[in-house]
Amino acid sequence: MPVPFALLAEHYDVIVVGSGLGGLTTANRLAYCGHKVLLLEYHHRLGGLATWFKRRGHIFDISLHGFPYGMLKTCKKYWNNAIMSSIVQLKNIVFDNPQFSLRTTFDKEDFTRLLQSHFKISGKTIERFFMAVAGMNFYDDQTMTTRELFNNFFPGRSDVHRLLMEPITYANGSTLDDPAITYGIVFSNFMNKGVYTFEGGTDRLIGLMTEELEKNGVTICTNSKVDKIIIEKGRVRGVEVFGKTITAKAVVSNSGITNTIKNLTDREAYSDGFLEKADKIRVNTSSCQVYFGIREMETINDVGDLLFTSSAPEFDSDELLDKYSHSKTFSLYYPKTRPDQNRYTVVASMNSRYEDWAHLDESNYQNEKQLLIDRTLADLERYLPGVKGKIDWMEAATPRTFNSYTLHTKGTSFGTKFEGLNISRSIFKEIAGLFHVGSVGIIMSGWLGAINYGVIVSNDVDSFLRS
Amino acid sequence: MTNEDIKNLILEIIKDIDDEADFESHDPDKALREQLELDSMDFLDIVMELRKRHKLQIPEEDYPHLATLNSCVRYLQPLLKDA
Repeated sequence: MPVPFALLAEHYDVIVVGSGLGGLTTANRLAYCGHKVLLLEYHHRLGGLATWFKRRGHIFDISLHGFPYGMLKTCKKYWNNAIMSSIVQLKNIVFDNPQFSLRTTFDKEDFTRLLQSHFKISGKTIERFFMAVAGMNFYDDQTMTTRELFNNFFPGRSDVHRLLMEPITYANGSTLDDPAITYGIVFSNFMNKGVYTFEGGTDRLIGLMTEELEKNGVTICTNSKVDKIIIEKGRVRGVEVFGKTITAKAVVSNSGITNTIKNLTDREAYSDGFLEKADKIRVNTSSCQVYFGIREMETINDVGDLLFTSSAPEFDSDELLDKYSHSKTFSLYYPKTRPDQNRYTVVASMNSRYEDWAHLDESNYQNEKQLLIDRTLADLERYLPGVKGKIDWMEAATPRTFNSYTLHTKGTSFGTKFEGLNISRSIFKEIAGLFHVGSVGIIMSGWLGAINYGVIVSNDVDSFLRS
Repeated sequence: MTNEDIKNLILEIIKDIDDEADFESHDPDKALREQLELDSMDFLDIVMELRKRHKLQIPEEDYPHLATLNSCVRYLQPLLKDA
């Protein structure tokens, strides 16, 4: 149970600001290592973008779309066996667009088969491509873009580019013009053994994580927005919340790297050289989502777990981001998602620009949201004819919604572009005791990336606290 | 700590990380990474565990010294001789 703000101590070893999966993991690891940890969260529930909401008996998952196999090992090592053993495979990944329609388990073996039989690519080229992406490291050369990588291996094959790129664009918000390593690392993670989900849903995962945090002694305080991270003489002193100062030897910000530098700390605390680089960080794009709840007792057919759909003639990063994009994913949640509830829900996700939604007045905004729902429902009808009559709840979220719940700069749902990684990794060298964890550099994003990055940052913090 | 103690310490830590780790036919001069399928996160765990148990601070540039069981022993021996 969260601790009321009035009952917090005046000092902790570490304060973690924000409870996304990165913040939760850092808090958990540091408490496990014996440090006294306070976790402060602005929202009333933990999880950051790993969240859910309830309407009319439906539970809608925001970011539970599918993560790589590596999540099993990560959850076993850094959380517990109960969390690990709830991870199950999603076996039906569907692509449907004017260039091809197919079904796959989304792993190396099946992709090799498809590339050979369906796309007529030689076995040797496929093997070379898989070797190239599997050998990529985050510290490698970043000058090659994903577009160049694809053109090297599959020149002129826009259909193959689409097969390889579309899912990753939805997974981490990257485009063909981002460094190829941001593509290769994430793609290889998925190709390892396919796509997995969490049985019981996001609410169960966060519940189990909360139990583990409390077992390890983390003090959790929700509904508490940190207004400022206090820095004195180049060193972190603590945080300011509701006008009260809580001191700590170290502060870990999980509130977005751009937020941390621009809104939570005093610019004067940083060197000019650091600020120059930090000001150049580009945030990734945001999302739109449409949520559909199927009336209780109604059923829908199993048409796949994750559908990558588009009626655009070719894959195009800009088309995908357009407000009126013809591309979207459908995540289908059958009763197997939450076996104790016999319910069906569908969540449609699109990558979107904050700027397209930020400046609409209220009536235009509501109107555009309704049009988004209508367009999405028409697309869903193509896969589930007659579904309209079975739906008893429809709702849309836009980049504005993402911004208001997470406070992320421009509502980003994929953190920052590549340059954010270096700033996040080096902020503690700028200000003693100040650390950042969160989605940065494209590769440290998604559920697996966020948790693993939480472990990496915990190591830095632990080293600092014991030095 | 003797060399044998250090070897056992490392094996014990790896066992905690991966309870299915198989040391049966382990070659102490061959890379731990390949033999036990350890990844970079596993090495981070070893570093963190050594800090927790023995207050050892291993800088990132020294991580390559942890490549094999024998190189671990050579690197850690002077640091743990009084432990």
